[in-house]
Amino acid sequence: MIEMSKKVFGFYREGFARMTVGKTLWKIIIIKLLIMFAVLKLFFFPNFLKTNFETDKQRGDHVLEQLTRQVSNTN
Amino acid sequence: MIDVDPSLVGWSRAQFAFTAMYHWIFVPLTLGLSFLCAFFETIYLKTGDEEWKKITRFWMTLFGINFAIGVATGIILEFEFGTNWSNYSWMVGDIFGAPLAIEGMFAFFLEASFFAVMFFGWDRVSKGFHCFSTWMVAIGSNLSAVWILVANGWMQNPVGMVFNPDTARFEMQNFMEVVFNPVAVSKFTHTSTSGFAFASAFVLAISCWYLLKNKHVEMAKKSIVVASVFGLLASVFVGFTGDEAAFEVAQKQPVKLAAMEGLYKGERGAGLVAFGIINDTKIPGDIQDPFLFQVKIPGLLSLLANRDFGSFVPGIDDLVYGNENENIMGVNAMMERGKLAVSDLKIFKDAKKIKDDVTAEAALVRFNVNKEFLGYGYLETPEEAVPPVNIVFNSFHLMVMMGSILPVIFGAFLLFSFKGVLTEKRWLLPAGLASVLMAFLAEQAGWVTAEVGRQPWAIQGLMPVKIATTNLTVTAVQVTFAMFAVLFAILLIAEISIMLKAIATGPEGH
Repeated sequence: MIEMSKKVFGFYREGFARMTVGKTLWKIIIIKLLIMFAVLKLFFFPNFLKTNFETDKQRGDHVLEQLTRQVSNTN
Repeated sequence: MIDVDPSLVGWSRAQFAFTAMYHWIFVPLTLGLSFLCAFFETIYLKTGDEEWKKITRFWMTLFGINFAIGVATGIILEFEFGTNWSNYSWMVGDIFGAPLAIEGMFAFFLEASFFAVMFFGWDRVSKGFHCFSTWMVAIGSNLSAVWILVANGWMQNPVGMVFNPDTARFEMQNFMEVVFNPVAVSKFTHTSTSGFAFASAFVLAISCWYLLKNKHVEMAKKSIVVASVFGLLASVFVGFTGDEAAFEVAQKQPVKLAAMEGLYKGERGAGLVAFGIINDTKIPGDIQDPFLFQVKIPGLLSLLANRDFGSFVPGIDDLVYGNENENIMGVNAMMERGKLAVSDLKIFKDAKKIKDDVTAEAALVRFNVNKEFLGYGYLETPEEAVPPVNIVFNSFHLMVMMGSILPVIFGAFLLFSFKGVLTEKRWLLPAGLASVLMAFLAEQAGWVTAEVGRQPWAIQGLMPVKIATTNLTVTAVQVTFAMFAVLFAILLIAEISIMLKAIATGPEGH
């Protein structure tokens, strides 16, 4: 099991070490994911219902309110 | 009547469209290039010819660049669901949860597990296992697309569910009905095969560039043969799947089909517009000619829509204002029933709040009678049910035009390759170069047709986009839109420059 884990680790380590174009691509992927999750998601894309309501019941009630809010004007 | 700022809906839609179209630059290339890499490697495995290994590694590098830049661009769509489209996300969570979870667990892990072997495993695992891994990456990538398109297909044709007014959610009743939704099936076959054609055109274009520059000629010629065979089969199949997709649109979203064809007055033996210039000032119900100029193929639209040359195809006016002779209910009638559904939903909600179960039960019974028209209850005019005809017509015809040229180009390259005279036909090479642009335009225009064509609906007939959106400030959406524009532009420049560098280096550098 330990031998197998060593082999797998070695496989990845050597693979990463041999990369040419791949090194640049990994840098781009890491920077991109950092921007997406540490900046965009955290500061600009909060989940509206999860942030503003604590329970699923409250979330459901809010959406139901949104679905029926204009009803007095339309009838 | 509805207190959502129309410009908020517009900006939220524009942001979603921008993100989806950007994401869709990378996805079709991934779908098709993964299979092309598998074909190249299988030939290497069978022949043992090192030239094919070199070819495989070169295209695999370009596949890797595209994958790396494109990966996770789709996650931004999920961010937008939670922030900009919270009502919609809540309501469809139960339906989308299963397909997207399966995508994550099954397809993504299948893809990711074999990805390392594909890129790091050359000369370190057996040739057979390496080739197997490449096939698994291709299958995994395409399986991911299945689940995403199942979700999209459901939005176009919501089946296998029931609306729960207690939780305000659509709940899945029949998983198989959702998965084998005919719209989802035709969407997957049409979308994935169009991705195969796009990737084939990508390989063809780069190979043609090499031939024009007299570089890597042998690799280019071999790549062209494989890409032309795959591209020809895929682009012909796209035609058949497109026919099936249009048939489904005719049955499930007839207004979309009418917009795709600029058909205002329904008719029997309706013709298909081969080419037309649409009249911008035409609106539903007026007497203006919908076209400034048009060339029609008689009877073909009826055949496409109903598999019958003489059948009636409803136009926009029939669908909006109704047509008693053809037994078509107008939008006005649907709006009346929709408003009853919304009203009964409110009575149900208010009664539940004060624990008046008798009133709630009665309201629920009435709601169930009209619930299939729920979305129409939010429309303010019948004309609101019509998508922007100009955009839908032009994008549909651009897609068909570009898609129709591709098989001819692939066929010509294949013919001259088999005759062994391809390098003498230098006049054909610019067409091969242009094929990637044509395929790209067809891909993007296809999405515009599908998504703009289903407006005003987020969920067909049940939820318009203006109800699906979160009540944010317009400025908040504009700011994030601008941030995306900058981020996407940087990423695209990075991809193009790395890709061009890899192409300029050629197969020797890999």
